[in-house]
Amino acid sequence: MKKAFQILSLAMILSGYGISHAKASGDDPKKKPAKTVAADADNAGLKLPTGFGALVVAENIGRARHIVVNKQGDVYVKLTGRVNGKGITKLHDADGDGKADQITGFGQYGGTGITIKNGYLYASSDEEVFRYKLDDKENVIDTTKAEKIISGLINRRQHESKSIVLDNNGSIYVNIGAYSNSCQERDRQAGSLGRTPCPILDSAGGIWQFSADKGGQTYGDGVRYATGLRNVVGLDWNQQANQLFVMQHGRDDLHNIFPNLFTEKDNAELPAECMYALKKGDNAGWPYIYYDPFQNKKMQAPEYGGDGKKEGGKDAIDPVVAFPAHLAPNALLFYTGNMFPAKYKNGAFVAFHGSWNRAPLPQEGYYVVFVPFENGKPSGKWEIFANGFAGVDNITPRSALHRPTGLAQGPDGSLYVSDDQKGTIYRIVYNGK
Amino acid sequence: MKKTIGGLVLLIALAGLQSFKGKPVQAPKPAAIGKATMDRGKRIYTQRCLVCHQVDGGGVPHLNAPLDGASLVQGNDKTKLVRIILKGYSDRVEIDGEYYSNNMTPLADLNDQQISDVLTYVRNSWSNRASAITPAEVKAVRAKTK
Repeated sequence: MKKAFQILSLAMILSGYGISHAKASGDDPKKKPAKTVAADADNAGLKLPTGFGALVVAENIGRARHIVVNKQGDVYVKLTGRVNGKGITKLHDADGDGKADQITGFGQYGGTGITIKNGYLYASSDEEVFRYKLDDKENVIDTTKAEKIISGLINRRQHESKSIVLDNNGSIYVNIGAYSNSCQERDRQAGSLGRTPCPILDSAGGIWQFSADKGGQTYGDGVRYATGLRNVVGLDWNQQANQLFVMQHGRDDLHNIFPNLFTEKDNAELPAECMYALKKGDNAGWPYIYYDPFQNKKMQAPEYGGDGKKEGGKDAIDPVVAFPAHLAPNALLFYTGNMFPAKYKNGAFVAFHGSWNRAPLPQEGYYVVFVPFENGKPSGKWEIFANGFAGVDNITPRSALHRPTGLAQGPDGSLYVSDDQKGTIYRIVYNGK
Repeated sequence: MKKTIGGLVLLIALAGLQSFKGKPVQAPKPAAIGKATMDRGKRIYTQRCLVCHQVDGGGVPHLNAPLDGASLVQGNDKTKLVRIILKGYSDRVEIDGEYYSNNMTPLADLNDQQISDVLTYVRNSWSNRASAITPAEVKAVRAKTK
C-alpha cells in the first residue's frame, strides 16, 4: 500500500513537472496569441451582460485587496495580512491562457492600496506608502528596495486601510479614514451625541495630497485635499475631467443609535453610498450630515440634532451618484480600454464588497456595477454589471463565497476583479461582436 | 493509471468509514436549556446583537467578531462574557486568530435576566453548545464591575 502511494506520488510529480515545463516553453513572446483569452465554461460563476465572459486567473491567494495590471498583463495584488510573510503577490501568466502559472511575493507589510504610475509601483500599508522602481516592462527591478515616501498616517483600527491614486501632475492622493462611525462621544453607543467640532477631521476623515516623488513625508508635508469623508476605499483619477473621484462608505447604525427617530428599514436603506467628484478644499459633510437617496438631500445627522427631516450641510458638496445604503464600495475604476463596447468607454465600474449593516433586512451588494459617463460626468443610470460573487442565497457576510474588493484594467482592456474573502482574481473579457 | 487512482480513492474512503465505526459523529449534546429561555434570548439577540453579529452568528469578517464557533463565547470564563455585555469591547486583540475593527457598544441597560437569556442563547445557538449563564451569575459580575 505504502509503496503504491510512493509510486503514485512520483508519477504525479513527474507529470506535474512535465506540465510546468511545457508551460515554460510557451513563454516565447513571439508565440503568444494576440486573441482574447477564453472565458471559463461557467464564466467563473459570474452573471454578466451578453457577450461578456469571465475566467479565474488565480484563487486562494490570500485576502486580495486592490490590484493593478502592468503593461505585460502581470497582476500585482495588495494583500491585507500577509501570505508567507509577503504583502504583495505578483501573478504571471507565462503561456497566455489567462491563468496565472507563476506566483511570487514581496513586501513585508499588509495593506490595501496599489497602483502604477510614471515607472513606479506604489503600495500602501495601513500607515505608510512605499514605491518600487519599474523596468520598461513594468516589472519591479528590485523587490527588496521599497522607498518609503509617506509614513505616520493614522491607523486606529476602524477604517484603517489607505487607498492611493496619482494625478498627472506628480501628486499622490491617500485616503485616511475616520476612526469612528459618526464622531460620537462614545462610538456606536445608543443616544451618544456628536463631538463639535469633530476632532477626527484634523488628521483623518478625508483625502490627503502628497508629492508622489519625495521620500520621508508625513502629515506636515501633505495637504488635506478634501474633508468630511468618513471612509473612502475606492478612488480613481478621471482622465477626461482631470479630477479625483471617490466612493464613500456611508455611516452605519441610524436605528441602533437613535431607535426613536429611525426604523430598522431606515437603518437598512439610509444613507446613500456616495460617489463624489472632488476639488481641492471640498467638504463632503461627514459627520454632520448624511445623504438621503430618496429625498435627494443632505440631512442633518441625528448626533448633531437631525431627525430624519431636517436638512443640513449648506457648505457640503453633493454626490454625483447616490447608490443604495451599506453596499460598501471598495473600488472605483474609470474604464479607458478598447475591448468593451463603446458605451463602457470612460464610464465607471464600482466594486461593492457587500453590506452587513442592512441586517435584519436582506443584505445587498456583493457585485460590480457600471455607471455610464460622458465628458467626466455621469450620463445615465447605474446598472449591475457582474453579479454572483457571493454564490449563496440569503447572503450573510460570513457565508458569501467571494466579495469584490479591487478593480484593474489590463493592457488588452480586460477588467480584473479581486476578492478578499477567498482570494480569487477574476478577469472579465468581451467576446461579443 | 486512472483505475489505480479510483481504486485508491475507494480504499481511502473505506478506511475512513472503518475508523468512524462505533463512534458516530454528532454534535455535542446540548445543555438542558428551556425553550422559554431560548425564545427570550433570541428576541434580545434579534433586537440588540443581530445587526453586527448577523443572523448566522457569523459576524462580519475582519469587522465584527463571530459568535458561532467562538472559543470565548463557549468557554468557561462567564465573568468575561458578562463584562463584555456590560462594558462593550474595544480592545485590539486577536480572537481565534483574527483581528476585528469595530467597537462593540455596551449593553448595560439590559437587566440581569435579559443578559442571562441572551448569553445562554448565543452559547446554545448555531453550532455552539455550552452551559447556561444564570441571572445570579450576571448579578454577581455586575456588582463587581464598575
